[in-house]
Amino acid sequence: MTPISTGSEWTFDLIDEYDREIRAIAVGEFGLDVYPVQLEVITAEQMMDAYSSVGMPVNYHHWSFGKHFVSTEKSYKRGQMGLAYEIVINSNPCIAYLMEENSMTMQALVIAHAAYGHNSFFKCNYLFKTWTDASAIVDYLVFAKSYIARCEERYGIDAVESLLDSCHALMSYGVDRYKRPQKLSLAKEQARQEEREHYLQMQVNDLWRTIPRRDRDDSDKASQRFPVEPQENLLYFIEKSAPLLEPWQREIVRIVRKVAQYFYPQRQTQVMNEGWATFWHYTIMNRLFDKGLVTDGAMLEFLQSHTNVIYQPPVTAKWYRGINPYALGFAMFQDIRRICEQPSDEDRAWFPDIAGHDWREVLDFAMRNFKDESFISQYMSPNLIRNFRLFSIRDNDLDDKLEITSIHDEEGYQAVRQKLSEQYNLGSREPNIQVWSVNVRGDRSLTLRHSMYQRRPLEESSTEEVLKHVARLWGFDVRLESVDEGGHVCQTFEAKALPQEFQIA
Amino acid sequence: MAHLIDRRLNGKNKSAVNRERFLRRFKAQIKEAVSRAIKGRSITDIDSGEKVSIPVKDISEPQFHHGQGGVWENVHPGNEDYIRGDRIDRPQGGGAGGGGGRASKDGSGEDDFAFELSHEEFMNVFFDDLALPNLIKTQLMGIEELKSVRAGYTNDGTPTNISIVRSLRGALARRVAMAAPTLSQLNDAEEELDALIESDDDATVEVRERRAKIHSLRERLASIPFIDPFDLRYNNRVKLPTPTSQAVMFCLMDVSGSMDEAKKDMAKRFFILLYMFLQRNYEKIEVVFIRHHTSAVEVDEHDFFHSRESGGTVVSSALNLMREVIQKRYSTSDWNIYAAQASDGDNWDSDSANCARILEEQLLPYCQYYAYIEITDGEPQNLWYEYLNVKERNRHFAMQKINTAADIYPVFRELFKRQPATH
Repeated sequence: MTPISTGSEWTFDLIDEYDREIRAIAVGEFGLDVYPVQLEVITAEQMMDAYSSVGMPVNYHHWSFGKHFVSTEKSYKRGQMGLAYEIVINSNPCIAYLMEENSMTMQALVIAHAAYGHNSFFKCNYLFKTWTDASAIVDYLVFAKSYIARCEERYGIDAVESLLDSCHALMSYGVDRYKRPQKLSLAKEQARQEEREHYLQMQVNDLWRTIPRRDRDDSDKASQRFPVEPQENLLYFIEKSAPLLEPWQREIVRIVRKVAQYFYPQRQTQVMNEGWATFWHYTIMNRLFDKGLVTDGAMLEFLQSHTNVIYQPPVTAKWYRGINPYALGFAMFQDIRRICEQPSDEDRAWFPDIAGHDWREVLDFAMRNFKDESFISQYMSPNLIRNFRLFSIRDNDLDDKLEITSIHDEEGYQAVRQKLSEQYNLGSREPNIQVWSVNVRGDRSLTLRHSMYQRRPLEESSTEEVLKHVARLWGFDVRLESVDEGGHVCQTFEAKALPQEFQIA
Repeated sequence: MAHLIDRRLNGKNKSAVNRERFLRRFKAQIKEAVSRAIKGRSITDIDSGEKVSIPVKDISEPQFHHGQGGVWENVHPGNEDYIRGDRIDRPQGGGAGGGGGRASKDGSGEDDFAFELSHEEFMNVFFDDLALPNLIKTQLMGIEELKSVRAGYTNDGTPTNISIVRSLRGALARRVAMAAPTLSQLNDAEEELDALIESDDDATVEVRERRAKIHSLRERLASIPFIDPFDLRYNNRVKLPTPTSQAVMFCLMDVSGSMDEAKKDMAKRFFILLYMFLQRNYEKIEVVFIRHHTSAVEVDEHDFFHSRESGGTVVSSALNLMREVIQKRYSTSDWNIYAAQASDGDNWDSDSANCARILEEQLLPYCQYYAYIEITDGEPQNLWYEYLNVKERNRHFAMQKINTAADIYPVFRELFKRQPATH
């Protein structure tokens, strides 16, 4: 076989040819299940555009995206940072961006990584299948963008902007963690939005106001709490129950909530998703090389950027910023393959189910049925813990020293694995804050409750800021209590509702 | 098969709206930065953007997150020599222990969020203050005016631009060139045919051959098109910046004790605006700074704005100096002369009439435009009344009393209105 190309310049024909070869390997040889691929060649500037609107090809306008753009552009121009090689969108067809400045080798790498690696992950992982609807997201964002633009025309940019600010502050509390969301589609979404508005309109009936009110005896209702059970989805609760919001404001809350929900799986599968894509670009590029389709030079260029991507600085390094998800994910998938192909006795003891099995089936199963947390607790091997020299440190604020609780030894494997898995549990990483109660009969104030985990407190200044946003949405006073594991209130925060003229309405 | 799309040409500035929203939100801070910049900059240095920084605290988007405290147990890579049960000192500033870098999230101790305003954005903020009408903004900021001029001929263009003469001349040349070899063969063939016929030999076969050849050559000649797309020539026009000439701008300012920093700042904006207007119309501009109290001196820009003197005011001294400078360095045949004078209206009483006279007789005839602003909130004094008379008689003299920056523009209104006539 002769190499597809020898120079570093790319052309459309070459991209096409590389894509065909990569597809032959990814889909033909290894059986990845993917959405149709749409490769889009864009400029660096467009990459920054995409970058700053959370990677989506369309999105509504908001100053925070502008801020993101400004800072991306700044660091790019100063050369502090290369742009991400790739952005890939969980949509059907799967859109992957290729930057025009990249060399042919890098384009091939991005195609393998994004258009086949991430793509198959989006299509098959259970979280994505459950929470996102790849065929509807772009349509939904088109709807969201035009809806918000119409609101801006009608109610003014300021009103919409401050509402979005408040919603964004609660974005990570706008997801259902357990309930399955309904599928979205543009037409249905629009129809339903109109229906909701229409229904509310119908509820307005001036006749009722003319009927003299009787003093009803509400004492039986007074004791009933609202909401009946604590609610984890703050934005959903606000959308449905905030007393003063106009219908259009509820719709915007809903839009932000839907977008948050769409990105929720990505936050839960960082290690797996990146690891999977990295594993595949590595495997595919090597396969291309074995087939003689890429040159030695291209392979060196590829390896150089690949090793950069999966570099894990040790904790002692000055530039250590936590665990690199690419490094960990890649190492784990490689390790699983190793366990399947060349299991040691230790592996047989730890992983009797997969040692010696067909690695493709094992990997496929792992990719489909786990998220970071469960993936690590299921597949992290002692071998990997030794390779990374993982160890855990306990930082207890009642103790004047830090304590090393486990290291990469026989007694430590289980503990390290369990703690690492815990570290990727969004539920314990983010403060657990839920809607606790509403003072329905009195001042209508809303109480949120933070259930403390391991005595971890909330950061005060930002909590106060967020609470102001909650008060703005709720329209009345808002309280937040931090409750420790024994049920005692340790911290309280309060935000007063703004006077009427400053409200978002 | 993957679908490959080239998106490079479309949707270039998708984030423009978001960027504009961002600037809009932080307008107050940005405005402040711009006015600081104007104070610090030279009048002629208005072509670049400006760096603006905003405190991170103002710009952050708050989220609920954990603070320091409680129990954290984190896994890290790269263990060197720790074993289980080791107790180590807490590193300073969060670091490896505790929240794992969480400490930096609350924003304290971070740098300001700094970014560059583009030239355009900078000017927009600058203009906002001055309350310029939109049309004027575009005139000031727009690219140079272009004039389309003939520039020979090109091979492609729109049908309306076809140059008939050139195209036909080209067609003729092409026909001649293409026909030449065939024509000479034809001539040869005809001569041979004549020779054959005349020789009376029995050469019917050859005669027929010759005839066939002549026929085919004639056909080949006929098939040369009269005109071919290849021949078409189009008139070419290119855009060139309109020829501009040179101008000199005189900045006259009263620096007596009563002109404080705020007034000088106002005057500076006034000078900048005039400079920008001139810059748009002239390729080369020189700026002459004349400051005066009881006597006038020509100074550089720094001294002009930053030195402060005390004492009385004799405005005519500045006017006289300006006249001298014009006579010495700026002959009216080569230079367009503009002048801008800023003062707080104080003048030595008997000097005002003198000023009006010098202005009207010795300066205004040579000036394209003379603008006077009086930065004061008090009653106008005699200089103002004298100048009012001058204004009545001279259309290219403008004056205005100024309290805020927004009052500056009306001074130039006439000037901008005159613009079509100057071209």
